[in-house]
Amino acid sequence: MKSARYIYPLSFLCIILLFAACKQSRTLPILGPRDTKEVKNADGTTTVDTVYKTIPAFSFLNQDSLPVTGDTFKNKIYIADFFFTSCTTICPTMHRNMKTIFDEYKDNPDVMFLSHTIDFKYDIPSKLKKYATKLGVDGARWQFAYGSKDSVYKIAEKDYLVAVMEDSTAKENYVHQGWLVLIDKDKHIRGAYDGTNPEQVAQLKKDIPVLLAEEKK
Amino acid sequence: MRKTLLTFLTLSVIASIIYSCQNSDELKQQIYYTNGRDLYIKHCQNCHGANGEGLGKLVPPLTDTVYLKQNKQKLACLIKNGSDTTVTIHNQDYEGKMPDNAQLFDIDIAQLIVYITNSYGNKQGMYKPEQIAEDLKNCK
Ligand code: HEC
Repeated sequence: MKSARYIYPLSFLCIILLFAACKQSRTLPILGPRDTKEVKNADGTTTVDTVYKTIPAFSFLNQDSLPVTGDTFKNKIYIADFFFTSCTTICPTMHRNMKTIFDEYKDNPDVMFLSHTIDFKYDIPSKLKKYATKLGVDGARWQFAYGSKDSVYKIAEKDYLVAVMEDSTAKENYVHQGWLVLIDKDKHIRGAYDGTNPEQVAQLKKDIPVLLAEEKK
Repeated sequence: MRKTLLTFLTLSVIASIIYSCQNSDELKQQIYYTNGRDLYIKHCQNCHGANGEGLGKLVPPLTDTVYLKQNKQKLACLIKNGSDTTVTIHNQDYEGKMPDNAQLFDIDIAQLIVYITNSYGNKQGMYKPEQIAEDLKNCK
């Protein structure tokens, strides 16, 4: 029974190692519908690749009336959402939460923000600029995007998977969901968090460093 | 022995009656405050924040005790009808738009006012629904 003496320390070590392994390997999933594609290899064989949902090229106007496109976020990760400046319900909470993250990463140019207005009638770039300034945001790290109804509503529903609607029966004419969508450098969706829910916002704050670490590799 | 016990009991009953009388006002204010907090979370917190801190220069904070004291009679109108003017809070101008809360009853508004004027550094005591009814007659 001499070996029994080693069992406890050994199993203890195993558990520690397991935990360490777990911690290192946490990666965020790639969200959204996926497709497959056959790839022809050099030696004539074929393999099947997974094609993940990516945010397609886009072009809007930002708060400075300059174009904001996919390239604005080249080699960055970013958090996208949909809002409008006169929204009195969920937007103030969403943007209060986004602002705390914006402030936390103020020294990190690799983390950007993109808020699309869904009020294509009123929220022209000068209105967005006023809003951004009052929120306490300046500089290009947080982009506020203005575009035609079609272009914004399409990218919301088809690509960021956020429901937005013009609804004249609603008190404010627009209805939308409060997701904060986390996008990686390859324009894949890596997380979607309810921007009005403190626990989910806390999760987003934990996930950003995980994604940043992955992008560093 | 029995007599002392009886005297003691009677005395303590009387004492507690007096005590609770004195405190029924305080108790009422406490109830208003708690209900007011629930109403605040539901109708106001998204804009004014969990600690009354406001939101940048978009929404004013509720920490300006001087403003809240001087404008106490106007708060009922502001809460019920919203506001689209400029208010100066802590020397900062705010010109956003606060939506109306037409659905709120006088008692709700009284509870809200008791909550905000006794939180975030404010300590102004009770405000009654009858007073709200008066205040609302003077809305502009
Ligand atoms: C959509 C955002 C929003 C909501 C919801 C909201 N407010 Fe306001 N509130 C504002 C804005 C913006 C102002 C400044 C109004 C102005 O400039 O005319 C303001 C002003 C005030 C003021 C006076 C200024 C100050 O800071 O003391 C008080 C008091 C106040 N609100 C209380 C409330 C209460 C109570 C509720 C809930 C019933 C509420 N608000 C809901 C946005 C909001």
